[in-house]
Amino acid sequence: MAESKNKDEAVKATAIKEESKKIDESVKAVSETSEAKEDKEATKTDAKKEKESGIEPQEVAIYKQVKNITFSVLGPTMIKDIASAKIVTPELYDKEGYPVDGGLMDIRLGVIDPGLRCKTCGSKLKECIGHFGYIELARPIIHVKFVSVIVALLKASCRDCGRILIPKNKIEKYKEMLDSLDKEKGVEEKRVKIRGIIASLKTVAKCPHCNAKQKKISLEKPTTFIEEDKRISPIEIRARLEKIPDDDVQLFGIVAPKVRPEWMVLTLLPIPPVTMRPSITLESGERSEDDLTHKLGDIVRINQRLFENINAGAPEIIVEDLWDLLQYHITTYFDNAIAQLPPARHRSGQPLKTLTERIKSKEGRIRHNLAGKRTNFCARTVISPDPMLELNEVGVPNVIAMKLTVPERVNSWNINYLKKFVERGPKKHPGANYIIRPDGKKKKITDETKEASLEEIQPGYTVERHLMDGDIAIFNRQPSLHRMSMMCHRVKVLPGKTLRLNPAVCHPYNADFDGDEMNLHIPQTEEARVEAEILMEVQTQLISLRYGLSIIGCVQDALSGNYLLTKGMSMSRNEAIDLLAAIGVEDFSRLPRKEIVDGKEIFSVLIPEDFSFVGKTKTNEEVVIKNGKLIEGFMDRSNLGEGSGLLLRNIHQKYKKDFTIQLLGKIFRLGIEVLLRRGFTCAVSDTDLPEIARIKVQETLDNAKNDVNNLINDFKEGKMEALPGRDIEETVEVRILEILNKARNDTGEVIANFADKNSHTMIMAQSGARGNLLNLAQMAACVGQQAMRGKRIEKGFEGRTLSAYKKFDLGPDARGFISNRFKTGLTPTEFFFGAMTGRDSLMDTALRTPKSGYLYRRLANAMQDLNVGYDGTVRDSSHKIIQFEYGEDRMDVSKSEKGAINVKRIISMVI
Amino acid sequence: MDNIFAEYEDKLPVKIIEDIKNNIPKGIAQNKLRKILELVLEEYENAKVHPGEAVGLVSAESIGEPGTQMTLNTFHFAGVAEMNVTLGLPRIIEILDGRETPDTPAMEIYLKAPYSGGKDIREFALSLKETKLSNIADEFSISLINSEIEIKLNKEKMKAHSLTTPKVAAIIAKQIKGLNIRESEELIILKSRAKEESLNEIYKAKEKIKDVHIKGVKGISQVLPIKRNDEYVIITSGSNLADVIQLEGVDPYRTTTNNIIEVQQVLGIEAARQLIINEVFKVIENQGFNVDIRHIMLVADTMCVSGKVKGITRYGVVSEKASALARASFETPIKHIINAALIGEIDQLESVVENVMLNQAVPIGTGIPQLIANFKKK
Repeated sequence: MAESKNKDEAVKATAIKEESKKIDESVKAVSETSEAKEDKEATKTDAKKEKESGIEPQEVAIYKQVKNITFSVLGPTMIKDIASAKIVTPELYDKEGYPVDGGLMDIRLGVIDPGLRCKTCGSKLKECIGHFGYIELARPIIHVKFVSVIVALLKASCRDCGRILIPKNKIEKYKEMLDSLDKEKGVEEKRVKIRGIIASLKTVAKCPHCNAKQKKISLEKPTTFIEEDKRISPIEIRARLEKIPDDDVQLFGIVAPKVRPEWMVLTLLPIPPVTMRPSITLESGERSEDDLTHKLGDIVRINQRLFENINAGAPEIIVEDLWDLLQYHITTYFDNAIAQLPPARHRSGQPLKTLTERIKSKEGRIRHNLAGKRTNFCARTVISPDPMLELNEVGVPNVIAMKLTVPERVNSWNINYLKKFVERGPKKHPGANYIIRPDGKKKKITDETKEASLEEIQPGYTVERHLMDGDIAIFNRQPSLHRMSMMCHRVKVLPGKTLRLNPAVCHPYNADFDGDEMNLHIPQTEEARVEAEILMEVQTQLISLRYGLSIIGCVQDALSGNYLLTKGMSMSRNEAIDLLAAIGVEDFSRLPRKEIVDGKEIFSVLIPEDFSFVGKTKTNEEVVIKNGKLIEGFMDRSNLGEGSGLLLRNIHQKYKKDFTIQLLGKIFRLGIEVLLRRGFTCAVSDTDLPEIARIKVQETLDNAKNDVNNLINDFKEGKMEALPGRDIEETVEVRILEILNKARNDTGEVIANFADKNSHTMIMAQSGARGNLLNLAQMAACVGQQAMRGKRIEKGFEGRTLSAYKKFDLGPDARGFISNRFKTGLTPTEFFFGAMTGRDSLMDTALRTPKSGYLYRRLANAMQDLNVGYDGTVRDSSHKIIQFEYGEDRMDVSKSEKGAINVKRIISMVI
Repeated sequence: MDNIFAEYEDKLPVKIIEDIKNNIPKGIAQNKLRKILELVLEEYENAKVHPGEAVGLVSAESIGEPGTQMTLNTFHFAGVAEMNVTLGLPRIIEILDGRETPDTPAMEIYLKAPYSGGKDIREFALSLKETKLSNIADEFSISLINSEIEIKLNKEKMKAHSLTTPKVAAIIAKQIKGLNIRESEELIILKSRAKEESLNEIYKAKEKIKDVHIKGVKGISQVLPIKRNDEYVIITSGSNLADVIQLEGVDPYRTTTNNIIEVQQVLGIEAARQLIINEVFKVIENQGFNVDIRHIMLVADTMCVSGKVKGITRYGVVSEKASALARASFETPIKHIINAALIGEIDQLESVVENVMLNQAVPIGTGIPQLIANFKKK
């Protein structure tokens, strides 16, 4: 019975209601009037329902949707209409600390103190959203933000009759032109055109309508208007603006009569509700008011003084001074960062944060609070690796699992199951923290309330139970540059205090374990969970949408392990079974029945029987998998690694995401298990060289140095010929660099020839797990040339890099060539050159990050609305077509193989 | 066989059909070919984008993410025979800003025979290089008494450009009006016809005269002929597409520049779009990243939809958005709100940010389909 009622109500409420909100322009805050109405309506229907059914309503389920928002300028009548109080005194509180009537904290403007009730709507703190008030200004004041518009209006309209300075017969023509521009090119173009028209009207000397002579008007920033050396008072300005007829106003791009130009000169000032400028009570019991309240206090005080002075008949100078002061206060109330005005300050000297500053910039209302939101039900800690987790799992520490909860609705089928959670309470792991009554009241479960809660619970209640294995969570690491930076994982509750993930998923998150922290979010509604699971789970993100290859692959030890295994390792069948069992394989029937099994055969057990593949290894050797058997070649980075090779991509294509992710997990663990059994380490002795190799390295370096010296001699004797497009100095640099780079590469080759192929460092380099030959060469043979901006180091002292060298020494050592190896250590000068390039690259990173961040923000902002329509076109939010067919062939990159259909594979499949 | 392909012409993109044609063995059996085509079609249908997919954001991510890893200040030094060109992140920013002139304008001039074979290549290249008066003159001096400008020309340099003093004088006379010109052996003396001229103005005139264009193509400051795949190509720094493609001996169909706005003016918006794609792709590829061309295409299309190249800035693409709140959430919010109020703008809440602001479902992806149901009242 109760259930059906609930459904009925939800259905009624889903009916989308058109609701338009108005943004109050002259104070730039959302006017809440319409919303307030809506709220009242909602409560009313609720009450009615309650009476009809006779039971408590299950949940306030009123769904409304804002359909559009109209922007407009507030006129005086509107200001009065939306206001619920007139503010007349700058005082805030009386002696008892109770808000003064007619003061800025008037309780008709909303309440911010607990216990008080709003006089306008009767609701309590947090229920009342606040109401506007107004003050009557003693004299009109110009709104700074509209100054440029007022200038344009004054300059281009007659000072006598108020008509626009365009001859009657031409007005129609202009209107048509602007209308068509608006339709065809958009508002921005129209605005430019209007600016052009107005500029052309500045020089008109006589009104074409009434023949009145026009005077030159100039603006003295920020808010003083001068007409031929005489100041025009805001009263006069307002009067002139009033005279401009609606039809003419429209030519300025203003929608009269909805927005009248005279409204830009304020006679009434709306007072924002107290709820948007709450005061803070300090520990000492003292109240600290918001910046806006301070500013409004100034305005009200000066306004009252101005009133008194005018009424008392004070001299014109005093009145004018006060008037200017009021103008200053209202100007800074709107914007406290106007170039010509000193900013209004606190007593401490720090500038006030007024309306404009509240909205603007990254920390402003729009970007900070409106476009960015905060969430509950999330966690953040350090991450650490755990290869025994599946790729789509996340290890959640016990402590966190007991804080984060998942709401589960009680019904007659699960009531006993959920009661057990309540019984275990908040301190035992799969327990519960809260129960929520049908009316939305949250009750904490403690040892004392446990019994009562158990009694109380019945269908319709919600239990917030602890996080458990298999729950859905969204895992994220900043910076979230990708959609793969936020993926959905399954929770696995583990002891410990860190969040754990399989190292294979590090790459999409760009995470490592040097102290990185990551965030975890728990979706709270069924809809959110379903979306997360279907759209965001790790296996759905396997194929990069950037280039159409797998972005998740084996890394580090997993690569070394599989490399060793598939490259000539063999073991007894028993050992092989033990190995496979350790990674979770249960079916050993595909392992050949012989005493000693080959590593390739062990690896083949994982591959499905009907899978065939031909590819290349890193070193360009053939890899052949035929009918699920690795026949030739071995596994390395170009087959198992992320972002390379088609092996993983083909498996994904054929067996789909769930199988791929499982297989990947198994391959990963296989690699690690192999290393566990075999042992793997990186030793200093890996960089040892045989005597011949050392001599060879020394020879190569000596030869290179000789060559360079000869070259320098040639250059000094003028025997050198310049390369095309270069002068001789550049030529010599280029040639030297060539020789030195060649020397370093040659030493690298010596290393490649003489180093022990079976040393662990080499295995890592060859499998692509970590490091490369160059790294080894730098450790074992020669570090090589240090280059900055593509050149040898040349900065430093005049004509030399360090004072240890002679001036104009072009030799290798003097320009940053490091002939030592890391193992033996560097000379001080060499070390210094190394530090120079190191610093240079640090600077590069530091300078690059904000630049690329801004580029990304701009791109994302410009393109966030583009989406594919049902007809395959790409359109923006106003349904303008950007592309007729996405990517010219409608193909989704994340469903392609490297951006294309793999035709060759299909052909070889058929033939 | 062709008729089998013809059947699929409407169903498969040309590129895929071409791909199949190139890869099937000769004399393939019809039924096998049909089977291949069927399978390709099936895979193609499966690989299509879903309606509602937020392709814009995906593209932005695909370009923005590698951007964080790109190097700053990379200049191209590959080999000896190439010129410095801005590359890396600064170049991408430059392209997407839609800037009037790139940091390092450059052209690749392809030639027609016989020049492409290397005939007189050096001379031809040099004839493109812009020569200004200051390049052939030794000295510019002002005689204060007569308020005249004296230009001393360098004989050797003139000879190299096959110029004579009268020729130079004639060129100056043609380009700068209102001057009396006297010439002697190596001297050209200029005097303004205007009566009273302040010293300041003469100085200004002197600077102006230094830049008088004598020979070559305006804006081309360096030339370098290189051999590329059996033909000679001239690489220049400085760019002037309009003039260069009109020159005799230049192949106008392949000659390109890296100045996007220039291409838009000379060759039109479609060419500009293609150039954006090529240039961005070149930079990303050069940095060793793998980004699908579709993403770059979409960015280029966003920049070019209005018919003019618009940068991805608050003055360009973003200012064209229909929603005032979306514009305000990007940059200069106050300006946008004020302007919206004046024209009484109505925000229809059709794009992403506004709905985020209002805590409503976003009209993209799974937010697009709506359920309309008519429930009976009890």
